[in-house]
Amino acid sequence: MDFSLSEEHLMVQRMVREFAQKEISPTIREYDRKHQMHPLALPRMAELGILGICIPVRYGGQGFDYLTLALVCEELERVDTSLRVIMSVHVGLNSLALLQWGTEEQKQRFLVPQAKGERYAAYALTEPGAGSDAAAIRTTARREGDVYVLNGEKMWISLANHAHNFLIIAVTDPDARPRYRGFSAFIVQREMKGVTTGDIKGKLGVRAGSTGWISLQDVEVPVENRLGEEGEGFYIAMSCLDNGRYTVAAGATGLIRACLEESVAYANERHTFGRPLADHQLIKQKIAQMSLWYDTARLLVWRAGWLKNQGIRNTRETSMAKWYATEMSVRAALEAVQIHGAYGYSDEYNVERYLRNSKGATIYEGTSEIQQLILAGYALGQRRDKPLRCELPAYDPESWRSEARADSG
Amino acid sequence: MSGVFVWIEQFKGEPALVSWQALGVGRKLADEIGEPLIALVFGQNVGELAQKAIHYGADEALVADDQTLAAFRVEPYAALVTKLIEERSPRFMLAGATTRGRDLMGTVAGQVGAGLLSDVIGLDVIDGNLQATRPIYAGKLLSKEVAEGDFQMATIRNRAFPTPDPDESRTGTITQVEPVMAEDEITVKVEGVEEAVGEVSLTDANIIVSGGRGVGGPEGFEPVRELAEVLGGAVGASRAAVDAGWIPYAHQVGQTGKVVSPDLYIAAGISGAIQHLAGMRTSKVIVAVNKDPEAPIFSVARYGIVNDLFKVLPALTKAFKEKLGR
Amino acid sequence: MHVVVFTKSTPDTAAKVEVDANGNVTWGDSPLVVNPWDEYAAEEALQLKEKQGANTTVIAVGPEMDNDALKHCVAMGIQEAVRVWDDALEGSDSLGQAKALAAAIKKMGDVDMIITGKEAVDVNSDAVILQAARFLGWPVLSFVAKIVEIDPATGAIKVERLVEEGRETVSAKLPAVVTVVKEINEPRYPSFIGIRKAAKLKIPVWSRAESGRARSEVEAGAAKTKVLEKFPPPPREGEVEIIPSDDVEEAARILAEKLIEEKVV
Repeated sequence: MDFSLSEEHLMVQRMVREFAQKEISPTIREYDRKHQMHPLALPRMAELGILGICIPVRYGGQGFDYLTLALVCEELERVDTSLRVIMSVHVGLNSLALLQWGTEEQKQRFLVPQAKGERYAAYALTEPGAGSDAAAIRTTARREGDVYVLNGEKMWISLANHAHNFLIIAVTDPDARPRYRGFSAFIVQREMKGVTTGDIKGKLGVRAGSTGWISLQDVEVPVENRLGEEGEGFYIAMSCLDNGRYTVAAGATGLIRACLEESVAYANERHTFGRPLADHQLIKQKIAQMSLWYDTARLLVWRAGWLKNQGIRNTRETSMAKWYATEMSVRAALEAVQIHGAYGYSDEYNVERYLRNSKGATIYEGTSEIQQLILAGYALGQRRDKPLRCELPAYDPESWRSEARADSG
Repeated sequence: MSGVFVWIEQFKGEPALVSWQALGVGRKLADEIGEPLIALVFGQNVGELAQKAIHYGADEALVADDQTLAAFRVEPYAALVTKLIEERSPRFMLAGATTRGRDLMGTVAGQVGAGLLSDVIGLDVIDGNLQATRPIYAGKLLSKEVAEGDFQMATIRNRAFPTPDPDESRTGTITQVEPVMAEDEITVKVEGVEEAVGEVSLTDANIIVSGGRGVGGPEGFEPVRELAEVLGGAVGASRAAVDAGWIPYAHQVGQTGKVVSPDLYIAAGISGAIQHLAGMRTSKVIVAVNKDPEAPIFSVARYGIVNDLFKVLPALTKAFKEKLGR
Repeated sequence: MHVVVFTKSTPDTAAKVEVDANGNVTWGDSPLVVNPWDEYAAEEALQLKEKQGANTTVIAVGPEMDNDALKHCVAMGIQEAVRVWDDALEGSDSLGQAKALAAAIKKMGDVDMIITGKEAVDVNSDAVILQAARFLGWPVLSFVAKIVEIDPATGAIKVERLVEEGRETVSAKLPAVVTVVKEINEPRYPSFIGIRKAAKLKIPVWSRAESGRARSEVEAGAAKTKVLEKFPPPPREGEVEIIPSDDVEEAARILAEKLIEEKVV
């Protein structure tokens, strides 16, 4: 067993840390206050290649492994959750789905520009009436010759107002039973007629992140934009979550680290009762707990990353990492605010933002309750992974870095 | 022959203050080893400077007055210093650790193979060798170092040593020396200097008023400037303020900026990151103005005011105007 | 044109640097980084590569820890890296290291410019580069805030230097040594493609023999300066006196009086 990071991992980690600290950190508070995306977030992440970090070089990416994706997410959320959310939707939920399920032609058409950061990507499963109960979606896709006609409304979609490509799950066979066997996945482009989007305001946290809705009115989507086979939509959607949740979990470890680092700094600096806070036992306890949460969350994430690198199914392990890391990030943020006292309650310090940002992750991409049902299902033998027609490919450094085009999808 | 050399730096005939401080240190060293203190004065029309060097403690001044030496350039200066070292075999040589002093001394040390202690803040002769205290890791640590060999060199940090009082009754020998290089042998040409006008140099300043993240923007430096002006001081800044683009880099104090040591350092809206403290902790009196009573800057300060700098600085400007009658 | 960046690894500037019980300098678990000033030098070299087609190499004279700095520069885009080291250099002073550097530059043969930061933050000195310039017989353009122009045909170089009084414009002829200040540029981050290259790079180590210097010239015994002891600066004496500022005007008056009394104003 080897828990050490490679030189390459460390260099990527440092580079992304430097970017986030230097370009985002000094001004993120302002944008969070204004409910605005940081103007540098998307363009700079695109320009630097972060948006294609774990996509093979021949598909326009940077050719690093899945563990690198986690390290990048940790560094980004160390500064602000909104940065990691970009990775979750653009890479985790969308680009990796193209890598897993896409035909070679689809990879060239959609994955390459996404990995290069020329086009931004989002993922749309959730609807006003379908959250945890994903099988309840109502968006329809009716086949008419060479096109599908999509109608419906998607809600709580990150980057809805910024993305160029949307991965949309819609019902192609309303008569299928169980219902989810009648779903299919489509790559919808913003420029298609009938696509409108908007932002949702009034969120508790991730205020520098863009979350919105997508409305589809008689949108004609060519058949070649269908990802996977007809009826595979639900399986695709669930496999996307294996990757999206992984990035959420990795980001949450970054949020725990943010709480820990800033609490440690504050505890050493601030004096009460004639001693630094750090010398009080109840403060020590909080710091010890945060350290435990951070290490545990990170180990769970790294294990999931290792499985992904090996090409082994990791729904269970990813779910566990996501449940644990996000719940502990909420607790770490609560403790961080507590350690900072009244200052922690004001936006002069970062920890109040961390607290507001932490909560969403226990809800999106599968609530903590859903994760518990999944885990219990595995433990009780009620749930078993079935092989998918297309699995997420194992990380192979040679193939990931070769410039040559693959022979087939 | 023997002695202690001190290079007297000048710009357009104006001596660098640190050169007099170096003469003060040189005087002490020369007395300890019982040898003469010799000032090296190079430039054009610098005769008066040679006389001043004697007043500040030199026994002799070696003066090279030539067009090729008018503006400082390493090549002709180092060549001449090297020749004088060969002729006089001095024991030690000192200069200020300025941009020019560092260039000159580093080059000469390479040329003659001498040990060089650079940017020292303490200097003594122990068993006939120079022993120095010098900051390392940008002042986070100090290093005690010793030189060896027949000829030893040191550059001294500006304001780390007192400026001696000149004694106009002192007399000494003034000896003319000739430059070594002709203009056509010198590859480096100075085409001009664009002088920063009306600003007090940070490293020379007795008083520095600095602003940090707390000033909030370029216009936030206005009250900082006003206070600096009434005190006749220079304007400094933390890295955060420089990185944010509120003020040019030339004002940055700290590990990757200038290391300063004024009599009075007023830090406004500066939290006191370790890199900043490294650049100003040797100031004689530090005043911290910050809204956050926990800011680390207070741990190095002599006086603190926990309040909004936009209230405190104008009030201070007003108070000093009244008290100093300016 | 061949531009060589001279660098070394130093602890991160945010690191808390301390001396341990054995007198060695430690910086906790803070990472080693490229000497911060040298990042500007590497950036400038890369701009010369992009604008003038210069070949770029990065060099360090030091132990294995300097690989961090070398690899960072390669990840930024510098093409080649070399480290000069052998046990004879252990404990050497700036003169010994300068000799080793100069010898390595001579060995490369075609170098037009060595570019580096204005000083190394760990030792607070630029002695090595200045002395190496002397051993090479090259002019030094120090504290450069802008390279105004380089004529590759004639080797003429014009720069602006940051000196105490302002900005000095100086011209010289290559080959030359250039040291830079922060104002010169905004260094780029390492690129991912650069990281991939740097991570698998085996940096060649040139020993003293390969750089053609006798052991006696560079080893510790030949050093003309020695470090006796490293220690933390004495803490500043006395506690801070907080002047109550419910009435700001009054607080300002009190502070002004105190400062005038202390004769610092």
